[in-house]
Amino acid sequence: MNLAKNYLSRYGILIALLVICIILSIATPYFFTAQNLIIVLRQVSINGILAIGVTFVIIAGGIDLSLGSVVALTGVIAASFAHPGMYPVIVPVMLALLSGALIGAINGLTITLGKVAPFIVTLGMMTIARGLALVLSNGRPVTNLSPSFNFIGGGDVLYIPVPILLFVLVILISSVILKYTRIGRYIYAVGGNENAAKASGIRVARVKLFAYIMCSGLAALAGIVLASRITTGQPNAGIAYELDAIAAVVIGGTSLLGGRGSIAGTVIGVLIIGVINNGLDLLNVSSYYQQIIKGVIIVGAVLLDRKNAR
Amino acid sequence: MDSNFLLSVEGVSKSFPGVKALDNVQLNIEKGKVHALMGENGAGKSTLMKILIGMLQPDSGKIIFKGEQVRFSAVHEAIAAGFSMIHQELLPFPELTVAENIFMGREPVYGWSGWINRKKLYADAKALMNKLGVTISVNRLMKTLSVAEMQMVEIAKAIVNKAEVIIMDEPTSAISGREVDILFNIIHDLKKEGIAIIYISHKMDEIFKIADTISVMRDGEYIGTYPAASLNNQQLINLIVGRELNTVFEKRAANPGAPLLSVQNLCGKNFADISFEVRQGEILGIAGLMGAGRTEIVQAIFGIDNISSGIIKVKGREIKIACPGDAIHNSIGLISEDRKLTGLVLSSSVKHNITLAALKKTSPGIFLDLEKEKKLADDQVRKFNIKTPSSNQVVNYLSGGNQQKVVIAKVLLNDPDIIIFDEPTRGIDIGAKTEIYKMITELAGKGKAIIMISSELIEVLGLSDRILVVRKGRISKELNKEEATQEVIMEYAME
Repeated sequence: MNLAKNYLSRYGILIALLVICIILSIATPYFFTAQNLIIVLRQVSINGILAIGVTFVIIAGGIDLSLGSVVALTGVIAASFAHPGMYPVIVPVMLALLSGALIGAINGLTITLGKVAPFIVTLGMMTIARGLALVLSNGRPVTNLSPSFNFIGGGDVLYIPVPILLFVLVILISSVILKYTRIGRYIYAVGGNENAAKASGIRVARVKLFAYIMCSGLAALAGIVLASRITTGQPNAGIAYELDAIAAVVIGGTSLLGGRGSIAGTVIGVLIIGVINNGLDLLNVSSYYQQIIKGVIIVGAVLLDRKNAR
Repeated sequence: MDSNFLLSVEGVSKSFPGVKALDNVQLNIEKGKVHALMGENGAGKSTLMKILIGMLQPDSGKIIFKGEQVRFSAVHEAIAAGFSMIHQELLPFPELTVAENIFMGREPVYGWSGWINRKKLYADAKALMNKLGVTISVNRLMKTLSVAEMQMVEIAKAIVNKAEVIIMDEPTSAISGREVDILFNIIHDLKKEGIAIIYISHKMDEIFKIADTISVMRDGEYIGTYPAASLNNQQLINLIVGRELNTVFEKRAANPGAPLLSVQNLCGKNFADISFEVRQGEILGIAGLMGAGRTEIVQAIFGIDNISSGIIKVKGREIKIACPGDAIHNSIGLISEDRKLTGLVLSSSVKHNITLAALKKTSPGIFLDLEKEKKLADDQVRKFNIKTPSSNQVVNYLSGGNQQKVVIAKVLLNDPDIIIFDEPTRGIDIGAKTEIYKMITELAGKGKAIIMISSELIEVLGLSDRILVVRKGRISKELNKEEATQEVIMEYAME
């Protein structure tokens, strides 16, 4: 009994994911097919990349609300340099990633040097980045993109869609950073107790800066994938994406107070949201009800986590 | 069962995952008496008190209050029944006034309207403070009060709640001299009114001054109850630790070598014109009242606070310290005053805490050497006798004394030559204290230069080769071992 309880608290979210999958497999024959599972993975890869980015920030004790706008801005930037015959595909990709990193650096520096609360700074950045996306695109979608750029979001390698491969790559690299590198360890320390981290000789500002750059940089990657997938740099894309990303992180057991959490948890959180969206679609549940169900699951997951923690 | 007792705890047990915190514990409390509850950290005192006040529920056993069995499922039920607890870490409402704090949850109102009768609130609060003999204006905001004053307010709150049992958890851990006297006077008055007081403290002299009865707990078990007059200091210590513990301070021949750290005319926030040096193999004690600037001085040397002017030399070479990283790099280590605030990442494991300050040294590349880290951490756990199921245990679950050992293990993993201990034994039990004294003495024996700050004069006197007394941010006197006594130190410390 005790052992079962132990397992439940440790793998509770994973078990929840499996249970949801089993229920959906029984409810609809279309769910558990290779084709559908690939669709689910492709659908979640953008939210997945965003959620992993914001995991860094949340473990470090911060928050980032500007993700959705950064997705739009970097998508527009990438698209603007990705017209056919313009530049090799690496140019729009690098420009978008660098813009993302720059936004992260501005967020991080304002938070650390300016000592402004992350909530406020990134709330401001949310509208600034959105405004920039609209300015750069004149408020119109940027279309007519090169086939090589469109390959990023729409292509397959060995039958696997490229966004899924990118998502997996991001999972691997991020897990390694958090688990096996010094900066990863410092992120946990800073989020757990900033004063103790400082007294241990850790340069707290640098660690936070890294987390915000990582977060916005990954948002830029998501922006590139999205623009490529819809073959358009859409200045109105990505609205409220940050909330889905934060929801996945929270479902995955990462504490909003900082210092605790994992990439594995976030990935499971992302999958839970993705599988439920997909399953409800297959079951023809109205999207109005889907929103209600998603909200209940977010709060329910955290409630369960709380109960187990006690 | 004796019905004379106001409160009886019978056979109470409580387990947490992996630990039996209380095992068949009993306790009998009389009206109008001060009942001291003694035991090392982790002995189960706090758990028992949390059960009495309704924060925790026992797994088994009975609590009998005024002849009836009670069971509190929440704190407000315990308060309504006549229990009150003054926590070691006070929980005030800083933005409200003293009067509002005292009457929190019991505000006088006009009829059924819920409208607060402010006039009566302040008048009643004032009358109560007068009765207690406390001269704190009830109009002041709570955040402007000193810790001692806040404690008085907490006691007033307990009286307003018509408490018949008041639990005081280390009420003197953050107050000194005169304030302790005021507290004890109030306790005497409370006794006269028939209020029972359960008093938890690690300070022996206090216990013998204030307690009528002493109960001892050890490792979650009830050891016994004794009239305070029937025990002496040594007997009580032996009961608490369960073994003979005679020489707390080891005698040692100090043989100081070359100066390792010297500061000249150091100025900063809350201190000025500080000059001193510490030699190899020497223990330099810093004494002074709380708030005299002791902590600020060492925090500035360690790079946590800024220095406005002055020179710091390590091994004769002038250095610049802009952040703790610089200090660590120059072989300085600081065991800080508040382990929860600046010492530990409570949400992380013992292992990760121990290695946190040394990662740069042990894993100079990008990647961590996890095997080496585990080995280093496990070695430190053994070396410092840290009681934990494994080095993967989250630090938050350890007792205070073991948490403090984790902080020390962390700082010493860098093998610093200059080690600053700021209140290294605050809030930890006598067993762990003795271990820490031994550790400090050994470090000095190995040629480390040590600075030790403590509010407990016995500690400063017992360990130091030389003592600096700090008053209002300045060094008021330097004393060598022979001339230092409690009286002399207090003379230079008092304002």
